[in-house]
Amino acid sequence: MALFLWATITFAGLVVALSILLIVSERVLVNYGICKLDINAGEKPLEVDGGQTVLSALYANEIFIPSACGGKGSCGHCKITVLSGGGPLLPTETPFLDRKERRSNVRLACQVKIREDVYIKVPSDLLDVKMFDATVHRTVSLTHDIKEIRFRINDGGEIKQRPGQYIQIEAPSPDGPVFRAYSISSAYYDVNDVELNVRLIPGGIGSTYLHELKEGDPVKFTGPYGEFYLDEDPDTEIVCVGGGAGMAPMKNIIYSLYDKWPDRVCWLFFGCRTTKDVFYLKEYRELAQKHPNFNIIYALSDNLEPDEVWDGETGFIHLAADKCLKEGIDRQAFLCGPPPMIEAVMRILEEKGIDEDDIFYDKF
Amino acid sequence: MNETSALVIIVAAIFTNNILLANFLGMCSFIACSNQISTAIGLGTAVTFVMTMTTMINYAIYHTILKEGAVLVPYDLTFLTFIVFIAVIAAFVQFVEMFIERFSPKLYFALGIFLPLITVNCAILGASLFMVIRNYNFAQSVGFGFGGGIGWAVAIILMAGLRQKMRYSDVPKPFKGVAIAMIVTGVLAMAFMGFAGMVTIQ
Repeated sequence: MALFLWATITFAGLVVALSILLIVSERVLVNYGICKLDINAGEKPLEVDGGQTVLSALYANEIFIPSACGGKGSCGHCKITVLSGGGPLLPTETPFLDRKERRSNVRLACQVKIREDVYIKVPSDLLDVKMFDATVHRTVSLTHDIKEIRFRINDGGEIKQRPGQYIQIEAPSPDGPVFRAYSISSAYYDVNDVELNVRLIPGGIGSTYLHELKEGDPVKFTGPYGEFYLDEDPDTEIVCVGGGAGMAPMKNIIYSLYDKWPDRVCWLFFGCRTTKDVFYLKEYRELAQKHPNFNIIYALSDNLEPDEVWDGETGFIHLAADKCLKEGIDRQAFLCGPPPMIEAVMRILEEKGIDEDDIFYDKF
Repeated sequence: MNETSALVIIVAAIFTNNILLANFLGMCSFIACSNQISTAIGLGTAVTFVMTMTTMINYAIYHTILKEGAVLVPYDLTFLTFIVFIAVIAAFVQFVEMFIERFSPKLYFALGIFLPLITVNCAILGASLFMVIRNYNFAQSVGFGFGGGIGWAVAIILMAGLRQKMRYSDVPKPFKGVAIAMIVTGVLAMAFMGFAGMVTIQ
């Protein structure tokens, strides 16, 4: 008995002694004093404690640049340009940066430690990103695995977003909170609300958390993020191509579009596998009755079961797009779906004469 | 009690009982970090330093606390040897990391993520355990730790030199990268067997 007691006390004592030594030496050694963190050449100069990473310094000062993994260097989202003071590129960053980014000093904010005055550049949009506290207002099951979830921002708060932008939801995980990105599906004029379409991915941290939310639950998110700008010229046609769960940004674009320009031409192509995966079709048909220039094409890729009824297209969605779109019209396109679909659709759209710069996509 | 002089142990640990080439300990960072001579020298120095210091600290802890009949504890706590040694090594590496980061940022960036890897470098723990198994006294332990570190450094620097040369040689495709590194390590180990018989330690 005494042996176990002695063993425990000895080991615990040693560990405590080592920890104290480490804490003391950290205080002495990792003390870089107050450093300057300059953003966009004086647009937002900050004074921060040295020794921390740029990401945590930015979050502490309420600048929420995108980051999904919580600073572990595994998502590669927190890219910023470090003009000086960041030290050399680390081996933990290289997998996330291509040659062009390396040459223009793009770094991962979670890996750059502040040891001296640091000068960084971030897209000015990101300086407007805020953290929102909200409450789950409504959840609706759209299909067997996709849910529409609507948050209402607490205390009458408002969010200013553009169609095509996304937010980052804070989800709990065994290693502390992580952030997961979801496109906003509610239109820009719903300033008090943010609505998402979430497909349940078995074992996924973000989608499992979101699917288990009930009305009245509190949530936290940061946003809006994303650099998509809708073409303001009313003669430019908008082409939206989505697949699977990639409906959210399209819904935002379509409702925002017809709020601003009731007569604008818009094509929606949406690829599903079976009739079970079809959603929002009724709502869109109602919208199309008010706005005749809105064309809705849903296509099913699987063969119809004997008891299924379907009056739309069949086959893959890029074939439907190929059939319906005429060449030589000014268009802007937004694609959202699985990578093979995006690639196939990109090819078709370029054949139809849409400039590569006018095609935006969101692969997942 | 072992009567070998500490100097002999240093020489033996470098040549005849090289911890890497004779015991095959510490292979992971050896393979991963041997692409450039400058990195190899940095890591070799760090390992030598950590190995010498941890054998010293572990010697003191083993003989004052863990060993049967030690001064501070009236019980035989040798079953705690592994976990205590590992804890000491991990804490010491953390300390070294902070120290290097503060005083030699260049070396810190050169070593990068490989510095924390020293924590799990089996050669470091191996040196401390050999010290216990072979019943070394303090001078012998320090000698073994220092010699073992130098031996490891010599091996990795040789390897880095060879790999730098090999960059321009026509290695058959299936052997490129780690495969040829393993073969070269084997050849190096065989070459070091030529030193056998020069000095002997148990």
